[in-house]
Amino acid sequence: MAILVYLEQAAGKVKSTSLEAVSFAKALAQKTGEGEVVALALGTMDASELAKVGKAGASKVLYASDPRLTEGVIQAHASATAQAFKSLGAKTLVLAKSSLGDAVSARLAIKLDAALVSNVVELPDLSSGYVVKRSIYTGKAFAFTPVAKENKILAIKKNAIELSKEGVDASVESCSVSLTDVDFASKITSTERASGQILLPEADVVVSGGRGMKGPENWGMLEELASTLGAATGCSKPVSDIGWRPHHEHVGQTGVKVAPSLYVAVGISGAIQHLAGVNSSKCIVVINKDPEAPFFKAADYGIVGDAFEVIPKLTAALKAQ
Amino acid sequence: MKILVCITHVPDTTSKIQFTANNTKLDTAGVQFIIGPYDDYALARAVELRDETGGTLTAVNVGEAETEPTLRKALAIGADDAIRVNSFPKDSYFVAKQLAHIAKEGSYDLILMGRESIDFNGGMVHGMVGELLGIPSFSPVMKLDVEGKRVSMAREIEGGKEYVEAQLPLVAGCQEPIAEWKIPNMRGIMSARTKPLTVVEPVSQETQAEAASFQLPAAKGSVKLIDKDQVGELVRLLKVEAKVL
Repeated sequence: MAILVYLEQAAGKVKSTSLEAVSFAKALAQKTGEGEVVALALGTMDASELAKVGKAGASKVLYASDPRLTEGVIQAHASATAQAFKSLGAKTLVLAKSSLGDAVSARLAIKLDAALVSNVVELPDLSSGYVVKRSIYTGKAFAFTPVAKENKILAIKKNAIELSKEGVDASVESCSVSLTDVDFASKITSTERASGQILLPEADVVVSGGRGMKGPENWGMLEELASTLGAATGCSKPVSDIGWRPHHEHVGQTGVKVAPSLYVAVGISGAIQHLAGVNSSKCIVVINKDPEAPFFKAADYGIVGDAFEVIPKLTAALKAQ
Repeated sequence: MKILVCITHVPDTTSKIQFTANNTKLDTAGVQFIIGPYDDYALARAVELRDETGGTLTAVNVGEAETEPTLRKALAIGADDAIRVNSFPKDSYFVAKQLAHIAKEGSYDLILMGRESIDFNGGMVHGMVGELLGIPSFSPVMKLDVEGKRVSMAREIEGGKEYVEAQLPLVAGCQEPIAEWKIPNMRGIMSARTKPLTVVEPVSQETQAEAASFQLPAAKGSVKLIDKDQVGELVRLLKVEAKVL
């Protein structure tokens, strides 16, 4: 018996959200008695990276090193994962909630005749059946979902569990999957990716700017604050709409939903659509010169003041410690 | 080209979410329902593609009678006809089964919908429909062009985007900036009243993960304000009190 975890990679490294999924699977296996945790790595990856998946709780990594799987080809990833799931005899698949994870796991739900529950926020309650708690209404509520199917797929929301680092290196086994031309019928022709940055959906600290920043030329001070904090940078919808920042940095209801430990909002008034994208953050700091900005109601800490004055001071104070 | 656009009927993004019936039902009192914002992008792009390439555009929704005004709005924005599958949308699998059946019956070439509904945020219906029909599915798609059978897309990935080439038929879960939202004009609103809206019964009752009850998150404590000249105090609190540094 084993639980399978679908790993996602970014530039050959296992994504931190996927490592959280491994830790979640480990805790789940202990609760359900499903035995060990086996992780599936697709595409060309660094083998030493794969052994590290053991630290998060996996005892084994199945490595399907077909280079065609390095990019997230949705159908091929779904086929490969279904084969690994079946040959392992697993009943549960765990993965991190992400755009690729959504696309792949939905196809897997049909292939494996599995119940798929997304945005899972904690381990299932087994006291009467198998009840999964998930986040809905963009973080404004939770739903309790009883699952009766034998095969289950749980897509885990970020920060649903503390990442475990206590395990030992996993054994890495190569895994061959048979894929057809149909699986690769669609072609990824090119990829644009901001390099050297911390990915927003995975970031543990996020610094976001709104229209209060007055123009794209003023983002330097936010980037400096972000780099001091080891943070990713985000922005409000108006900022990406007027093209000050790229769309993939838009945090909110119709943009990226983040769940960092610390979210710092600078010059963002806090429209309900923006709050919907950040309400899973552990701690929110709001800096705005308008004391009436609605964001203060959703914040843990606030500074009423001019961003151009406060941000350099904050960066200096962080550097000084 | 035959285009099917799948519409959700969801509470407006500014709605206060509350539950009734011992936390088993959404309290719809005072809630305004809209076309899901992501579906609105899919619909807008579908209207443009229909106008560019000719063909037809059908809007479909799985919902009870109260969702008809939402479907009529899709007709006002530009869909040629509409189908309502007469049932509460119990879960993603249930909805995907109905949509796949309609897509197959109508031999649609392009099936568009939002990347996710903004009520349950599952983001899985597009993939399930694709797999049920045995055709490719893509999400979140932020650009989509069709030339003959060839479809060129941009799909958002963490920190950027990837460009994908595929062939019709396919399913796409859409998001901005695939097209600008369209606001119905008076002519659209008038013609929507007489455009055909067919009601069909569900083909299957099967579900996989239907929510049984709901819960609101714990209330947030009030904000702690720090003087703008005391940023050092903020750093201290983040470290010692919030323990996030």
